[in-house]
Amino acid sequence: MTTSSVSPTASSASTPGTGLGEIPLQPPAWSRVTRRLFGHRGLAIGLIVVGLAILIAIFAPLLAPHDPYHQDIANRMVPPVWHDKGSWEHVLGTDKLGRDTLSRLLFGTRISLTIGLVVALISGVIGTTLGVLAGYFGGRVDAVISYVITTRLAMPVVLVALALASLTGGSLTTVIVLLGLLLWDRFAVVSRSVTQQMRDAEYVYAARTLGCSLPYILLREVLPNIAGSLIVVMTLEMAHAILLEATLSFLGMGVQPPLPSWGLMVAEGKAYMFFQPWVIAIPGIALFVLVLAINLLGDGLRDLNAPGGRN
Amino acid sequence: MSRLEVNNLLEVKNLRVDLPVEAGTLHAVRGIDFHVERGEMLCLVGESGCGKSMTSLALMGLLPRKARLKADRLQFDGIDLTTLSERRRSDLRGARMSMIFQEPMTALNPAYTLGNQLCEGLIRHRGVSRQEARERAIYLLERVGISAARDRLDQYPHQLSGGLRQRVMIAMALMCEPDLIIADEPTTALDVTIQAQILRLLRELQQEFGTAVIFITHDLGVVARIADRVAVMYAGEVIESAPTPTLYANPGHPYTRGLLSCIPAPGKTPPGSRLQAIPGVVPSLVGHVEGCAFRNRCPQAQPICERTPPLMSLSGDHRARCHYADRPVSAPPQPETIS
Amino acid sequence: MNAQPIIEVAEPRQLPSTSDSASASRAATPALEICGLSKTFTLGGGLFKRGRTLGAVSDVSLRIPRGQVMGLVGESGCGKSTLAKMLLGLTTPSDGDVLVDGRPVRDADQKALARHIQPIFQDPYSSLNPRKRIAQIVGLPLRVHGIGTPREQRARIAETLDVVGLPRRAAEQFPGQLSGGQRQRVAIARALIMRPDIVICDEPTSALDVSVQAQILNLLLDLKAEFGLTYLFISHDLAVVEHLVDRVAVMYLGRIVEEGTREQIFGSPRHPYTRALLDSALTPEPGMGVPDIGLGDATPDPSDPPAGCAFHPRCPKAQAACRQQRPRLEDIRSDNARVACHLA
Repeated sequence: MTTSSVSPTASSASTPGTGLGEIPLQPPAWSRVTRRLFGHRGLAIGLIVVGLAILIAIFAPLLAPHDPYHQDIANRMVPPVWHDKGSWEHVLGTDKLGRDTLSRLLFGTRISLTIGLVVALISGVIGTTLGVLAGYFGGRVDAVISYVITTRLAMPVVLVALALASLTGGSLTTVIVLLGLLLWDRFAVVSRSVTQQMRDAEYVYAARTLGCSLPYILLREVLPNIAGSLIVVMTLEMAHAILLEATLSFLGMGVQPPLPSWGLMVAEGKAYMFFQPWVIAIPGIALFVLVLAINLLGDGLRDLNAPGGRN
Repeated sequence: MSRLEVNNLLEVKNLRVDLPVEAGTLHAVRGIDFHVERGEMLCLVGESGCGKSMTSLALMGLLPRKARLKADRLQFDGIDLTTLSERRRSDLRGARMSMIFQEPMTALNPAYTLGNQLCEGLIRHRGVSRQEARERAIYLLERVGISAARDRLDQYPHQLSGGLRQRVMIAMALMCEPDLIIADEPTTALDVTIQAQILRLLRELQQEFGTAVIFITHDLGVVARIADRVAVMYAGEVIESAPTPTLYANPGHPYTRGLLSCIPAPGKTPPGSRLQAIPGVVPSLVGHVEGCAFRNRCPQAQPICERTPPLMSLSGDHRARCHYADRPVSAPPQPETIS
Repeated sequence: MNAQPIIEVAEPRQLPSTSDSASASRAATPALEICGLSKTFTLGGGLFKRGRTLGAVSDVSLRIPRGQVMGLVGESGCGKSTLAKMLLGLTTPSDGDVLVDGRPVRDADQKALARHIQPIFQDPYSSLNPRKRIAQIVGLPLRVHGIGTPREQRARIAETLDVVGLPRRAAEQFPGQLSGGQRQRVAIARALIMRPDIVICDEPTSALDVSVQAQILNLLLDLKAEFGLTYLFISHDLAVVEHLVDRVAVMYLGRIVEEGTREQIFGSPRHPYTRALLDSALTPEPGMGVPDIGLGDATPDPSDPPAGCAFHPRCPKAQAACRQQRPRLEDIRSDNARVACHLA
């Protein structure tokens, strides 16, 4: 690409002061990024679905045909529109209190995404801090933090969350705080091992010899280089948190009625699962699709972040 | 086919290796010709990215899956390697051609004992009993200078130092008495004192067993000391090939001359003086490459260099790919311009 | 080649206590003096157990006169990189002192040290943060030390890029877009932008291709002449060391076994290890074959060094005394050369 255009004589080799041939030019960064993003099918699907979910969560009040909390005992257990007795009034039917399932589903997106994002952020901050410190300092610090990580890994998340939630009483805030405090292990493990490799990178040495402060080195030299891996972990933990919220809500220790949590919707429908299966199938499918999409997104990001992804 | 060519162990004519990369096609090897005679040590020398490792992988049939190989002729002892099935290929590999890698720690499997790894090929290719294979392994370990060879067979690779591991690799390469060994930078990861010992050993064994060796390196000092013949590679081409003394005494290609003059030679280069550097950087081999690939760094480049130079025969076995290989350019070389 | 420095580095060379009369004796004070420097590491320790100790560097003393190049040679694991880290303030010595300009740096803070000593590392692929632009990398020292306004900093960066022979447009690029030689020039620019006195070059060319190596070596020689730099040049390539240095120190298993001028070491080496190193350097002379250097293969374990002279298991001339008593590093010639060998 560059050779065919070099000027043949020594004049190009004697550019005053440099004598360094040309610096190879690369195509503009953005076109490469978009090509990568959409060249990966799983990633593209994940991006589209998650993007849609975010839009739905933001515009839920505009999209929902009914008030998700409005009860209408006269219209209980209306089946979805494709069913013989369904109607366009309630596209996905109603629940045992006559609330519109579609509206509750749309509003439920808000709860799931909020939980996913906030939990991933809290646990990301905790886990990354611990992992980076352990990886960077090594020795005693690493031994102590690794011990904490191992302790955390030995705890069954669902049982601990259930126990604590039953002590404090379930609520949206409780679920977020509990999961945020419990799901940091993967952040810690990943950031620890990536930081360990970076600790002896010569650019970190260079910054240290200059007398850069520790926060500068950790935040400006180390963190940007582990951000790629952390974003991948973040997507996985979001999916994990959404599923755990559904589990806790299903068991009655999570989000409390009448909030339209998908897990709660499944729990409320479980008495009807044999004769009106859609009552639990619809929120179940929503949960499945969102979690799958987030995982696809994470896998895709991991592939992009793999060696050779940059440079 | 002439009588001489029949005798060659390996014949390579117009070998090309292309690799698809994001920006297009990387022409890693761009039509190289060379041959290896029985029992000789041929050095492929060149800088990183010149295609020397791709060439060795192509010969062993170990190219990355995406790579495309083309060759007018790729014959090993009369066997056409381009049309060989993968099954017959792997029979050949290990039995008649073997390889020594740069990093013995990654080439040896950490989960098996040395004895297992040494004997495996022999049992598989020659059908000998385990006991016979062990005897040969012990004999070879002793030959490569490893003491207490019998005990070493039950050790694992991590129990050995880097120098010892490379000795084990050499013994492993010799197990089936191959006709050809390809050694890809086998001493680059070692300390200088260990390197000297390993090179001496490799050269001795090669001469004793009559094995042909393709030795790949970037170090002209190593080449001078061990090679019978040298092929210098640049940007995916062999730009010069000659018997070792001829190449060092009378380099025909400006790149070879540049390489030889840019390493400080004790006794010749005055200490602290400026070295003859080759300006510029190696061109990208992605996309179409036309003309002499060295012309943008060549002190004597002329307009004609935009055309691909022919492989000129200088004397007997000495060839160089330069328009001016046989007649020096009259213009004085450009002054050195790096500041 | 380059203009006058645009920014004067505030009090660049002299620490506060320097009086005028002291500057007369400055020429006599070595730029860098290392006194009995040692470093021991603890290996394999955990939260609940103690590990073994490893003497990476033991009792190393060196003086590097101003404007000279001291070569430090030895094989991997001999402690030369640990020594470099201690000089740069990256590792605290277990014992001993480092004196810059005759003043101990133990108490000096890292920033004061950074103005005097800067490193050039081996691997130009790992020494530059891949997520930063070249201008950020080269300008980092100025920002950390708060030198100059942003505009002055930009001018200083451009000037330094000129000095190391990089095109100015490189400033806006990322390390991934540069070749190995260009990256090493960036690393040199970062080391020189604050005009240090001493540069620690830790294998600065061993990751580069030979044709590029010569460019970088020429650059290092030019910069030394231009700025009067003092180098500690760590390398395993003896041809390069012989070309570049004024004095050489040879390290084996954490200790200096021989030290002297270039002529002394390369012309008449006294220590058998130095001799073996010189023999195993393969110069491009065809027909010489590979020399038999007569060393055993017994590479020693640094955490369990042999008793007596650490080199005796490999030494072709080892005698009974070598197995029992460690030879001291002694002056052997009037001109300050030293060797640690019973047989020298």
